[in-house]
Amino acid sequence: MRFLPLTAEDRQAMLAAIGAESVDALYRDVPAAARHPEAIDLPNQKTELQVERAMAALAGKNLNCSQAAAFLGAGNYRHHTPAALDYLIQRGEFLTAYTPYQPEIAQGTLQVLFEFQTQVALMTGMEVANASMYDGATACAEAAAMAQRITKRKKVLVSGGVHPHFADTTDTFLKFTGVDVEILPPDVMGLEDLIGRVDEDLACVIVQTPGFFGHLKDFSALADAVHEAGALLVVATTEPLSLGLLKTPGEMGADIVVAEGQSLALPVGFGGPGVGLFASRSKYLRQMPGRLCGETVDVDGKRGFVLTLSTREQHIRREKATSNICTNSGLVATAFSIHMTLLGEKGFTGLAEYNHARAVEAARRLAAVPGVKVLSSTFFNEFAIAFDKPAADVVEALTAKKVLAGVPASRFYPTYPELDGVLLVAVTEMNSDEDLDALVAGLKEVLS
Amino acid sequence: MTETRTITGNRGLMVEERLIFEYDHQNRTAVDVPAVEPYEDRLGGLRRKGGVGLPGLAEPQVVRHYTRLSQKNYGIDTGLFPLGSCTMKYNPRLNEKAARMTGLADIHPFQPVSTVQGALELMDTLSHWLKQLTGMPAVALSPAAGAHGELCGVMAIRAAMDARGENRTTILVPESAHGTNPATAAICGYVVESIPAEESGRVSVEAVKAKLGPHVAAVMITNPNTCGLFEPEMIEISRVVHEAGAYVYMDGANFNAVVGRIRIADLGVDAMHINLHKTFSTPHGGGGPGSGPTVLSAALAPYAPVPYVVRDDKGFRLVEHERDAEGDAKPFGRMKGYHGQFGMFVRALAYMLALGKDGLQQVSGDAVLNANYLYARLADVLSASFEGPVMHEALFDDRFLKDTGVTTLDFAKALIDEGYHPMTMYFPLVVHGALLMEPTETESKAALDQFIEAVRGLAERAKAGDAEYFRQAPVHTPRRRLDETLAARKPVLRWTPPQA
Ligand SMILES: Cc1ncc(COP(=O)(O)O)c(C=O)c1O
Repeated sequence: MRFLPLTAEDRQAMLAAIGAESVDALYRDVPAAARHPEAIDLPNQKTELQVERAMAALAGKNLNCSQAAAFLGAGNYRHHTPAALDYLIQRGEFLTAYTPYQPEIAQGTLQVLFEFQTQVALMTGMEVANASMYDGATACAEAAAMAQRITKRKKVLVSGGVHPHFADTTDTFLKFTGVDVEILPPDVMGLEDLIGRVDEDLACVIVQTPGFFGHLKDFSALADAVHEAGALLVVATTEPLSLGLLKTPGEMGADIVVAEGQSLALPVGFGGPGVGLFASRSKYLRQMPGRLCGETVDVDGKRGFVLTLSTREQHIRREKATSNICTNSGLVATAFSIHMTLLGEKGFTGLAEYNHARAVEAARRLAAVPGVKVLSSTFFNEFAIAFDKPAADVVEALTAKKVLAGVPASRFYPTYPELDGVLLVAVTEMNSDEDLDALVAGLKEVLS
Repeated sequence: MTETRTITGNRGLMVEERLIFEYDHQNRTAVDVPAVEPYEDRLGGLRRKGGVGLPGLAEPQVVRHYTRLSQKNYGIDTGLFPLGSCTMKYNPRLNEKAARMTGLADIHPFQPVSTVQGALELMDTLSHWLKQLTGMPAVALSPAAGAHGELCGVMAIRAAMDARGENRTTILVPESAHGTNPATAAICGYVVESIPAEESGRVSVEAVKAKLGPHVAAVMITNPNTCGLFEPEMIEISRVVHEAGAYVYMDGANFNAVVGRIRIADLGVDAMHINLHKTFSTPHGGGGPGSGPTVLSAALAPYAPVPYVVRDDKGFRLVEHERDAEGDAKPFGRMKGYHGQFGMFVRALAYMLALGKDGLQQVSGDAVLNANYLYARLADVLSASFEGPVMHEALFDDRFLKDTGVTTLDFAKALIDEGYHPMTMYFPLVVHGALLMEPTETESKAALDQFIEAVRGLAERAKAGDAEYFRQAPVHTPRRRLDETLAARKPVLRWTPPQA
């Protein structure tokens, strides 16, 4: 087997050195009643070429986004991946390293994490960021748990503009600890009143920018009301590119900012892995979940980096830890950070502007299609439109024309019939003029 | 140790590299973005005021920055990485190639399911392999790592208890458990009670029995355990736990020792996570991403979280909402966004197909053989904590360093100078100054022999009284020992612009 270097002679020599008769003899502690390898019904090993073909066959059964005009978002966004990015994250020193427990031989990973934390803090307008969570949804759940620890309160209010997966993950994460998570109905028109719902039982209010249906809101007044009530404001985002163009959550008064970082790190990849961004205020540092990388010096006085404040973490604190997270999203955070470095100030803000301009153009053209109503008055690179017929049917009909028109709201909200006609349309630099022409033409045909 | 100072501070291939923020903040970019024609924005007045504060680099600068940083890292590709409990095995490049196939990378989680039948089939096939390899009837694929899989299992236990109308408060966790076990139990609202280990490093039925009662919801037990030993009384333990009306959570982080040779179901387990980033070779990436599918017994299977794949006469589809669950399924909720760590599923399946049943049996056999070889060849110079044979890893403690003035930490740092990543230190907590070595099956005998020579040599040096050598180590690294106390006392967690 090509991954296994031991030869038959090696094995014999090693058994002799051990003084065991066979490898089986080494399994002497395993009860015989549990040793039934014959009951495992699986094929034997394959050559690399065979495996490649098997995987390619599976890949071939999907319609991939490059084979269609794809306007899909709803939390995962397609952006161009620079060639240098995918090359750099495949360097074995990044790819095959472990969590940097031995800082003397992990300064590469550690410096990347330090830079990543800085980038996330700058983008979100926050003071500190951690070294990543699993994804945006789990980061959101951890933010609510952190707010609960800080305020000692047992109620969480989730806006109807928050991604439903973020909301559901938060609910699942907290429900067994007796925290009441109230999730408001989908805020399709962006008209939800949150300030009127703030009270002194709340640990936090969770909102999202851009909202799930695209809307942009200034949460500054909400932040004031939330703080007045002694609660925390958690601001989520699923499209971090938007932070290149929009007023930051930090500026609006957020206490914790969480985000799904996939869009700037990796291809959409069927939704995973992603990377959870997690930023907060310095005063809450010791309540933050996850790993933190900090600056220090070595014995020669040279600057270096280490994992720090680990007394918050499970390996030290065990049942009193702020979170149970261990493995996080290191390589995706690395990809995110490298992409941010490649973009730089000019590329990041420029790409954000370009995405918005493309989306504005798309919304303008779609608004002119009979039977299409654009619902979002403000948006970044994704907006909601509505038809008189089920959006899922429209999507199916357009799929046959190699147009992946968007994500029907009914996929997330099957029990809200009033959302059946709603479609989320995301437009990025990946969508060419021809894609947009195909979407407009396809919709005209299907809706007429 | 004297060092010739260079003008640049660089030392040959060890090149100093500043932070990206310390490059000049010029108006460069490594990504050309098309110019935007004048247009009327739809931002509702929420445009960002002022810059972000990011530096601007050209592509060659960026590639050099990260190449230099990468060269300050030790990975499996660099050399032997005997980090116990972490299963640092070789990550086949075929996995990476497969994960980058356009038909597997450029698919969106919310495309119509009719257009992602290959992706759903892949998830279904992975589930099939994991169920066959464990003998368990169900698997939840969505957990993002081992600890997240623990959470999945414990939440399923909690949901099952709720369904039974029982309000049990406590989860039993052996002392030797990984920190994530008690942390997970606590997150689910359970009180954690510890089970002491036996002299032999194993957990006994008697010790479990002594703690069981109507307040106990589950026992979380790692097997093979973190001392590298198989729990010989596991079947018996499961039986008494079940008799007490509780469930058995088995931490499967160490599945590599037994894969293809035993079925977890035959041990009486109700839930177990599998770290795809350990046993099934998906890369650790400097700390993730991982994937922690959790296999479930018939008793817990109905509570598996959404989403999951089902197959009917029209093909594969996803159950994404609790209310869409059919039959006796009562999902306890959702654990993360989207559909799980799909990119890790691709890599793990590529690995499984490559090895097959026979190859996986060879994997566990060679992993155990390599660990026992280390154990046998080092037992006379180090202090083995427990009697073997061991499974996939060998545990030593610091008795061999007694009166040498050398600590486990010093010893590990000296190994760095020898060109190795150290073993896991100070874990598990059940022995003093633990040194836990897991060579994995992807090391050759020659590589092990060289490592053994280095460890033996260092042990002799320590016993010969050269404590100062160890206290100085490492000296051949980009940075020497770092001041962790300073880092924690005055946390600097980001770059800030120098004060003007
Ligand atoms: C025994 C054991 N359990 C659980 C875990 C947690 O797994 P993960 O880091 O994937 O969350 C680990 C990982 O180091 C482990 O060694």
